[in-house]
Amino acid sequence: MGVKVMIPTPLRQYAGKRESVDLEAKTVAEALSSLTSQFGELKRHLYSDDGRLRSFVNVYVNDEDIRYLQKEKTALQQGDTISIVPSIAGGTE
Amino acid sequence: MATQVKESTANAPGALSKEEILRYSRHLIMPEVGMDGQLKLKKAKVLLVGSGGLGAPLGLYLAAAGVGRLGLVDFDAVDFTNLQRQVTFGTSDVGRKKLEAARDRLSNLNPEIQIDTYETRLTSDNALDILREYDIVADGTDNFPTRYLVNDACVLLGKPNVYGSIFRFEGQASIFGYPGGPCYRCLYPEPPPPGVVPSCAEGGVLGVLPGIVGCIQAMETLKLILGSGDSLVGRLLLFDALRMRFRELKLRKNPECPVCGEHRTITKLIDYAEFCGIRGEEMEAKPLGVPEITPKELKTRLDRGDDLYILDVREPHEYQICNLHGHLIPLGDLPKRVNELDSSREIVAHCRSGKRSADAVQFLTNAGFHKIWNLKGGILAWSDEVDPSVPKY
Repeated sequence: MGVKVMIPTPLRQYAGKRESVDLEAKTVAEALSSLTSQFGELKRHLYSDDGRLRSFVNVYVNDEDIRYLQKEKTALQQGDTISIVPSIAGGTE
Repeated sequence: MATQVKESTANAPGALSKEEILRYSRHLIMPEVGMDGQLKLKKAKVLLVGSGGLGAPLGLYLAAAGVGRLGLVDFDAVDFTNLQRQVTFGTSDVGRKKLEAARDRLSNLNPEIQIDTYETRLTSDNALDILREYDIVADGTDNFPTRYLVNDACVLLGKPNVYGSIFRFEGQASIFGYPGGPCYRCLYPEPPPPGVVPSCAEGGVLGVLPGIVGCIQAMETLKLILGSGDSLVGRLLLFDALRMRFRELKLRKNPECPVCGEHRTITKLIDYAEFCGIRGEEMEAKPLGVPEITPKELKTRLDRGDDLYILDVREPHEYQICNLHGHLIPLGDLPKRVNELDSSREIVAHCRSGKRSADAVQFLTNAGFHKIWNLKGGILAWSDEVDPSVPKY
């Protein structure tokens, strides 16, 4: 399935400064694996050492959090948008 | 009869004065606000945590709108780098306490409202007492420990937390802690480890961005008070200023949330610095175990004609601001450009403050460079100690 992965500003420096990446994947796990094989540095920002998605990085398929779908096994449809949304704390004191 | 009704309204406790009616006339003639709505605003009590980039539009618009009581929490002083985005403050405020300057500005904008200031860092010891007096909390802080503290305190007290956060060109906004709605921990159970996400001081921010996100927070605060419209409860709004795009994601209450879930494990405020992995020794400057040279020592050696190679590991846009005529290789490019360097020469690496160049010295030492030093305090210290004509940023 052709899907689009949206890269958030803080992680773009690890993804060749790209805002989004188009790729082929049947599940969220496949999409993220394809993404991190293209951009190796992203891996440690998305996954902890034990291989789990980091708890300050959320992944959405379209507007739904994958934690409330089938997590990384969530199936993808042609044209889906995957959003990676890490926590940011800035308020510029 | 009409006159009597008017008089009785004007005399009722909590009614608007003639001056207030004139001041708020553009609200009063809107059916969505009207006299009832304006009186709700007048009775409302809103606490703004942080008087920075988000706090500026929040304070200005909520004061202008006639929110009857505004509390401000901050402990900083105004500096020159704030003025690019913290529009509450003027050049003549530089050096003043932010809360004093904000109080002057906001009470000049609207003398009808009450402004209470809390010149303190919000902590687990004082948060519940400060927040308890308010109906709504608007979070404009700039760090994870305070964000989790504000979230937990709001959940424990049952107060809505109007959230906004920014990074460079990107913003997030939502409302947490609304009865029945999700909280910040439902969205992000844990903070990132320190150092993984750069702060605004390191990452920079376009000044208008906190203006936009803070205005969204101000709008959501007014809507909560008025009880009108569809609030951001249950929705995470994402704003990408570069693409000028808003998107929204569903935000669900996590049944396993440790602070607002069914089997909560957090029932009082905790140590948020520890929770966020920031311990005492990490708060202070890490002793950098690399050889250093002070700006004065470097100046002396350059003056006597020593053959020193200056390596600048900042980014090209920083080089444009000021430089020491060094050879520019950004830290991130160093591994693939290390062959540009001659390990037989003496090298002094520098960056803005000395942090990145310490990493560079460490990297190069591991790569077999042994005549290499880190410029202590970076180009900032060079400006302070050797050449004040070099601008600081």
